[in-house]
Amino acid sequence: MIEQKHTITEIAVTDLLKKTGECHEKGHRLVQIGCTPLGDCYEINYTFTTSWDFESLRITVNDGDKIPSISGIYWGAFIYENEIHDLFGLTVTDINVDFQGHLIETRIPSPFKNAPPVTKVKKGGDA
Amino acid sequence: MGNQIVVPFGPQHPVLPEPIHLDLVLEDERVVEAVPTIGYVHRGLEKLVEKRDYKDYVLIAERICGICSFTHSVTYCNAIERIMGIEVPARAQFIRTIWMEYSRMHSHLLWLGLTADAMGFENLFMNAWRLREEILDDMEATTGGRVIQGSCKVGGIRRDISDDKLGEMVDHLKKIRPLLEESNRIFTHDQTVRHRMRGLGVLSKEDAWDLGAVGPTARGSGCDMDVRSSGYSAYGELGFKPVVFTHGDCLDRCLVRSEEVLAAVDLVERAVAKMPDGPIEEKVKGNPDGEYFAFSEQPRGECMHYIKANGKKNIVRHRVRTPTLTNIPPLVKMLEGIEMADVPVVVLTIDPCIGCAER
Repeated sequence: MIEQKHTITEIAVTDLLKKTGECHEKGHRLVQIGCTPLGDCYEINYTFTTSWDFESLRITVNDGDKIPSISGIYWGAFIYENEIHDLFGLTVTDINVDFQGHLIETRIPSPFKNAPPVTKVKKGGDA
Repeated sequence: MGNQIVVPFGPQHPVLPEPIHLDLVLEDERVVEAVPTIGYVHRGLEKLVEKRDYKDYVLIAERICGICSFTHSVTYCNAIERIMGIEVPARAQFIRTIWMEYSRMHSHLLWLGLTADAMGFENLFMNAWRLREEILDDMEATTGGRVIQGSCKVGGIRRDISDDKLGEMVDHLKKIRPLLEESNRIFTHDQTVRHRMRGLGVLSKEDAWDLGAVGPTARGSGCDMDVRSSGYSAYGELGFKPVVFTHGDCLDRCLVRSEEVLAAVDLVERAVAKMPDGPIEEKVKGNPDGEYFAFSEQPRGECMHYIKANGKKNIVRHRVRTPTLTNIPPLVKMLEGIEMADVPVVVLTIDPCIGCAER
């Protein structure tokens, strides 16, 4: 099996737009933006590629931090940035298509980090 | 300039197998802007990984989608196997590849049928689905399941396919190949199909790349990108070449899928011819500790499973980037400027799988 190479570079939030701009200038495609909650903070990976060698820029943010949108550089980034906002409650500023928390419409309001109360159901009966 | 009105499209619509909502801003009959909304089938499957043993979770990963199910389980397993340094036996890699190509065939035939149905071409719809049943029969005979197989596991596969059965599968594919070619010929040359889809919903090669289009959506716009080219599983040994068309319209996205059905038949035949002997699984000990981004080419396009683990049986984070999610921005671009009546066909040509996109 051939290995897909992947380089991960940790960067500061303040360098995000600059580094993303460099990826765009090099002709990289935006593959994804993914968020990982790690205790009190969040790790966000911005993955790019030209062929099958992948490169991820990684930032670490806390609740309340503002993350600049890269949708000015990669127009399609809005879908990931709105998703991160809706699922994790993080604030992404200046998104080109900002759904204001309405990309993912669920009965339980997002973000889902505050788990809803669990109603226990008795076996074979109503709650 | 006419007055602008907003017309809701979906979440329930005859051409949509799954619910997505679009607010279409129209000027007369022309779409000026399309605003998507998802969330109707959000299941929180990524979150569930924190509660399940990583080996058992394969079965949940498979249920992310009811069509690309097997490819989801393989991609998840690939990620775990790379983190744990497990070398999957060659025979298991080949059989995984065969089942992934069967998934591609049945997914594309399903889509081709739905597209024919959306155009009102009922005979073509029934023909495509009849052929799909033939593919599903072999899937069921070898895995026990038609759309959910449960045959992949961390370290290999659960079931072997005997050499006799592999020969029968190839014979069966040889038998239905002329029927697939005939179906392909209709999609390529029939005037009804061409009239409905040629020049519609055009996505340029530059836009496809910039907006992150993947799969047949990107390859229909001339982007030569297919994760199978990277040689994962057994693809590196099968001489794989992507199917690429260049017009970027609905017809070319359709033709990519139609041709890929035949390409999948070729890949299965080559995989059977080169099938190595040996075990079908590697014993797995311990828990994963580390992270990995695994990529695969699902029928709908490039899929990514990101796993972060900390040495315990429950994984810390499982992030799935599905092809439909990344094809939404290109879809929004395709819809701008088209007639309201063409919206269903254009939406269908990205082969939206909302269950996948929402996990």
